[in-house]
Amino acid sequence: MISARGLGRRFGSKRVLRDLDLEVRSGELLLVTGPNGSGKSTLLALMAGLLAPTEGEIEVDLPRGRIGYLAHEALVYKELTALENLDLYGRLYHVPERRETIGALLERFGLWESRHQRVGSFSRGMQQRLALCRVLLHGPELLLLDEPYSGLDASARTLVDDVLAESGGSRTLVVASHEPEHVRPLATQALALA
Amino acid sequence: MTYFADVAALARKDILLELRSRDTLPAMLLFVVSALVVFHFSLPSDASAAASTGLLWIALLFTALLGLGRAFAAEREQRVLDGLVLAPCDRSAIWLAKCLGVLVFLGVAEAVALPAYALFFEPVGWELVAAVVLADLGLAAVGTLLAAMAAASRARELLLPLLFLPLVIPVVVGGVGATVVDDPARYLGFLALYDLIFAILSWASFEYVVAE
Repeated sequence: MISARGLGRRFGSKRVLRDLDLEVRSGELLLVTGPNGSGKSTLLALMAGLLAPTEGEIEVDLPRGRIGYLAHEALVYKELTALENLDLYGRLYHVPERRETIGALLERFGLWESRHQRVGSFSRGMQQRLALCRVLLHGPELLLLDEPYSGLDASARTLVDDVLAESGGSRTLVVASHEPEHVRPLATQALALA
Repeated sequence: MTYFADVAALARKDILLELRSRDTLPAMLLFVVSALVVFHFSLPSDASAAASTGLLWIALLFTALLGLGRAFAAEREQRVLDGLVLAPCDRSAIWLAKCLGVLVFLGVAEAVALPAYALFFEPVGWELVAAVVLADLGLAAVGTLLAAMAAASRARELLLPLLFLPLVIPVVVGGVGATVVDDPARYLGFLALYDLIFAILSWASFEYVVAE
């Protein structure tokens, strides 16, 4: 599903990724670890197609509408409510039974009561939960999760664990995390960036 | 039809964001009225109608620039443009929706500016209204594309006017020409041609502006 050969990425004179080869097959879970600045987020952005490699090549065998990308930021509008943000993404991804799907996700991630609140008033953890709803909304076949546990309390961390566990084999996952102990038991591959 | 449904969803979002934040339209309204008031007092009483027309177009151009500078502000925050770019919709739908939003804001600003112009300077004729409508299409088409380019840059406040102003000189030529000559048809046709060419170019090239 994802293959990279000699993949590298520079930002100006700074080289973030260098000569990376990897192969992720359908249904696998790739855990990406490494210190700050090692290129974890860059690798996920390259997989999402948001960045182009400066060296080598990367191929993702899916149209972009089948990819779910969780970034550091929630990628939602602060002036819109949680419901309005998900409705916008639901329309753009042409999600069937949009209202029901959004309602179910908001319930699952504990945001149903806050659905009419503007995202700007959300805490970091609530924004992360909303971002997870956005990522799962269209039922992606490939999930790219950059620090999915960031800002989450214990109960919300369990929700992420559940998402990872239930995805096992049915969708491909790439998870970049500073907290690999949560993901390692489910990972089929691990990549440590230096 | 899916394309237009995507455009409608995105344009509705832009209008809703402005209704909530009131960041752009009040600034445009205040600017255009203030500029006309200043021009009113700075222009000699025996100045020609052509001079006041020229000043009106300057005011409209910089009002548009003010709105365009804020056009992608909401997308810059939280990197929302990345989220939109990843959606399976045609990326030109993002441009078209943003264009429609800019057109609405420009239209509202001009609905205030033209009566103010009539109050301070000269009566507003049909040829001025026609020229303003046609000019808006070109300003929104080119401006939205350039605003997206500038939004990705750290020097966006500088970059947008530097790119925008030279490219819209033909709009000023057409707009002023249509309002000062006896037969405005040639200038209105010129504005329509500019709109057509730049709308097609901007629509087709937006994909490359938002892709890295």
